[in-house]
Formats: sequence, C-alpha cells, structure tokens
Amino acid sequence: MRRAGLALVVALILAMPFVAGDYYVTLMLPFFAYSVILLGLNLLFGYTGLLSFGHALFIGVGAYAAAFLTSKFGVMHLEAILLAAAGAAVLIAAPIGGLCVRYVKIYFAMLTLAFGMLFHSFLLKFYFVTGGDEGMRVLQPFLLGFDLSQIPKVRFLTRPFYYYSVVVLAVATFVMWRIVSSPFGLCLRAIRDNPDKAQSLGVSVKRYRWYAFVISAAYAAVGGALLGPTTGQVDPNLAYWTHSGNIVFMMLLGGFANFFGPLVGALVFIFLQDTVMSIVPYWRLVFGAILALIVIAAPGGLMGLLDRRAVSWGEKSRQGGAPP
Amino acid sequence: MILRARGLRRYFGEFCALDGVSLEIREGEFVSVVGPNGAGKSTLINVLTGLLKPNAGRVFFKEREITGLGPVKLCRLGMARSFQLVHIFPELTVLEFLKVAVVSRLGRGGRLFSSLARDREVHGQALEVAELFGLAEKQTTPAKHLPQGDKKLLDVASAFALQPQIILLDEPTSGVSTREKHTIMDILVSASKRIGIKSIIQVEHDMDIVFGYSDRIIALHQGKLLAEGTPDAIKANEVVVNTVVGKKEWARRA
Repeated sequence: MRRAGLALVVALILAMPFVAGDYYVTLMLPFFAYSVILLGLNLLFGYTGLLSFGHALFIGVGAYAAAFLTSKFGVMHLEAILLAAAGAAVLIAAPIGGLCVRYVKIYFAMLTLAFGMLFHSFLLKFYFVTGGDEGMRVLQPFLLGFDLSQIPKVRFLTRPFYYYSVVVLAVATFVMWRIVSSPFGLCLRAIRDNPDKAQSLGVSVKRYRWYAFVISAAYAAVGGALLGPTTGQVDPNLAYWTHSGNIVFMMLLGGFANFFGPLVGALVFIFLQDTVMSIVPYWRLVFGAILALIVIAAPGGLMGLLDRRAVSWGEKSRQGGAPP
Repeated sequence: MILRARGLRRYFGEFCALDGVSLEIREGEFVSVVGPNGAGKSTLINVLTGLLKPNAGRVFFKEREITGLGPVKLCRLGMARSFQLVHIFPELTVLEFLKVAVVSRLGRGGRLFSSLARDREVHGQALEVAELFGLAEKQTTPAKHLPQGDKKLLDVASAFALQPQIILLDEPTSGVSTREKHTIMDILVSASKRIGIKSIIQVEHDMDIVFGYSDRIIALHQGKLLAEGTPDAIKANEVVVNTVVGKKEWARRA
C-alpha cells in the first residue's frame, strides 16, 4: 500500500513538467532543494533529538559555494559544485559540530543559532568577498557535462534542471534511508530516546551526535547549492536565522516522526506560502497561526495525522466496520 | 581478582558520599551491596562504572587501572551496568532495544550504510537475549508500552546483551512487586550462567533477595565500609543488623 502510494507520488512528480504550467513546475524546484535540506535536518532532530536553529548557515555555505564556483572560479559542472558544497559544509560543520554536540536542548539550539548569526554577519559585512547584502550571482551550471545555456532559462529550469533535481533528491533520499535503517541509525534513535542509557550500553553519544551533525550539514549544503540556479542569485538572507526557523517549521508541519514527513512539510509550506502571499500580504500571520495549531492539535504534523487516521481505519475495519 | 577498588572517596560539595571505600570482587562471585538510604551504594556503583569520577582512590578491572574511564570504554573492556530507576528507549521495540547493545558489543554502530534488518547475527543474538528474559513474545512492542516489570527486565536484559565479564546492577528489582522479585532474580542468575558472566554486583534493599542470592555481602554506612562477609556472617553481625535492617524488622523476620 505504502509502496503503491510512493510510486504514485514519483509518477506525479515525473509527469508534472508535462501536465502543469511552468509556474508550478518552477515552484517544485525549491521543494526539491528544501527536501534534501530537511532530510538532513530530520536526521539531526527526528532521529538524534538535536534541534538546530542555525542550519541556514549550511544552506548559505552550499548556496555561496555554487555562487563562488560558477561566477569566480568558472567551475560550471553542477556535480562538482554539489560535491564541493558538501565538502565545504563538512569542513565547517566538523569543528562547529564538535563544540555544539557537547550541549543538548536549548543550549544546543542557541549555540547553532549563534554560529548561524556569525556566518550571516560574515556574509553581510565582508562585502568585498561576498557582495554584502547584494549577494552574488549563480551562473547557469552545466548538467552532466552539458552546457545548456542556449536553452531559454525557464525551459532549462522546468525540464533538464527539474529532472536533475529529482535525481539528486532521489539519491539523497535513498542514502538517508540507508543511514536511518543502519546500525548507526538505530544508535541515533537510542541516543535521542535516552543518551545515558545509550552510553551505558557502549554507544559513544557525542561522537555519533557529531556524525549526525556533519551529515546533516552536508545535506543542507547540497540543498543550498540546488537553490542557487533557480533564482540565479544568492544573498545573506539564505543564512539568516528566520530561514533556519522556516525549515524547522517545514519539519514540524510535515511531522518529524515520519521519514517522509519533512518532505511533505516542504511541499505544503512552499505551495501554501505562494497561495497565501498572493491573497494577503500578512502571510507570516497566517503561518504563525498554522504553526500554533499544529503544535497544539497535531504535534505529529500532517504525516502524524495521516498515520493516526490510518490506524483508526485499521481498527475499524478489524472490528467489521467500513472505513469512512 | 576481577574488580578491585582502593580508598574510593567522592564528595558532592561538602557532603562525603564515599569515604575511603575499598573492595575486591573475585571471579564467580555474586556480591550484594547493602546499606540504609544515603549510605553511598549508588555512588559506589556510579564510581566503579565510570559515570562519576572519584575525588580520590583507584579502581582496577582485571589488574588494569580503570579509574576515571568513561562508561563507553568500560563497556568495551567487559563491564556493564543497569540503573536504579528504569532506563529505557521508549520509542524502540523490545528487539531494537536489545539490538542497540548487540550492535555496540560487535562494534557495528559506526556502520552507516549496512542494513540492520538483514544483519542475521545481530538479530539472532538480540532474540536470544529476549528469549532468556522471557521477552521474545513482545519483541515488536515499543518499550514504552510494556508493563513496569517488563521495562525493568528489558533494562537489565540490555546490559546482559553486552555479554560483559562483570555486571553491576543498581536495585534490579526496584519498582517491581514482591511476587515478581524472585522471578526476576532467578532469570538474572540463569541468564548470567548462560551468557558466561563471571561476577555480579548488585545494590539491593530487599534483604530476602540479598540473603537468598549472594555469595558475599558488603555493608555500607555513611559512605564507609561497615562490614563484609558471607550472608551467615552478616546475619550474625549485630551492628549491620541494627544499621541496615533495623532491630524490629529483624525480630519480625525471626
């Protein structure tokens, strides 16, 4: 049943450029990028129990890596850019993570927030390197070695880049699925549930938290690098703390207890934001109300609600009643 | 000698919880640590298992100094423990819970991409421990949904799944009904023989359990060693009886 649902979703995603307008197809591009970011963030929160409020730092690292490589160093191959973004994030996350994972709960969240703000200030103030608040350009990258600059921008985004992003997301999802299904993933869940007990069973809590932090940073950077080509521009807002808040919101909206929950959250957030912004200027007000509603009424997020309904249907059908 | 401690001292601020305690545990021994509340029993276990560092004194495991080594390293050397209060992973199923210990013992926790579901060795060993502790039928039940007695049993079983040489149990039957206590203790003793655990140290308040299962008893009072000896010797020790059990209680039992 679940596999059939997943196959249907994949089929819809693959068919979208042929059945939906360009506007909605380009709206899917940030969804792919944020999905990659959220897979990593959920490894840290949903599986390890550490809530980062500074993950926009690594999105910024990825996005600016794409900008530097394409506009300053002439590296146009997106595969190389994604690898470089992940590598840069690992290098930056290793020492930051080493410090942050010594703390938990609010202290961990505040430390990550502080590092995020530091990086944001760096992007803003070191104008001669980063372009300050004007940001930097991200040139159209080559895909699989092909220079597609002769194709119109919208066509590039809605076809080759769209499918390229789908493949990146598919690979990122597969790798993350393997990670969470591995002995390492089990140890992370044990740490999330009870770090003292995990430690007493020989699980090196700080080291595994550090691994999770670094992996999640690499995912954020790959997602950040994917964000750049859509707009052709990156700016310090990508690394601002409100951006970190947005991705936490997406995770809560979809439900962090479910592997695919954050991805659902990203999709709903992006399309809802687009719809609400087109109707009222106070979209943050509406989103604030939604967030409050989720925390109070559905702490498991949208996937939590679906799971609950599925369980209740199952119970009713076992009792002989027809599902509603 | 499997475990040896010399002059252990541990302060919490001004309060001296352990005041120069020395002890020796031999291979094959079941040793109980007794004493009134605040005697330093749990602090002793915490210091021996690396959860707390002593302010003074040294600990040796098989003649290797382990003073100040953390729980993770001690685990790898062959020392395991369980806690006084039930420590569980609430969201993990019974089998997943035990797999954490098996994965840790086999050194496979760092494997990022191998499938846990396909690891027959880990599955088999976790299931074996579940069967030993009578938890096999509940292997797919999340730990949070188990009754209190089973939670305690699972907590202790996970320490056994590490296949340690010595295990330190901090009140293994606390929070369990009197009727279940002997059942749990029988399971622990038979499981330790089956797994090949050489020595057991337990902190226990229930003197029936202490006298019924121990080879040797160590009595603590106000952080100091009050007495040590066989159950018969301890029963005959008036100071220990007065301090640990209480005269009235002892008379009632007699």
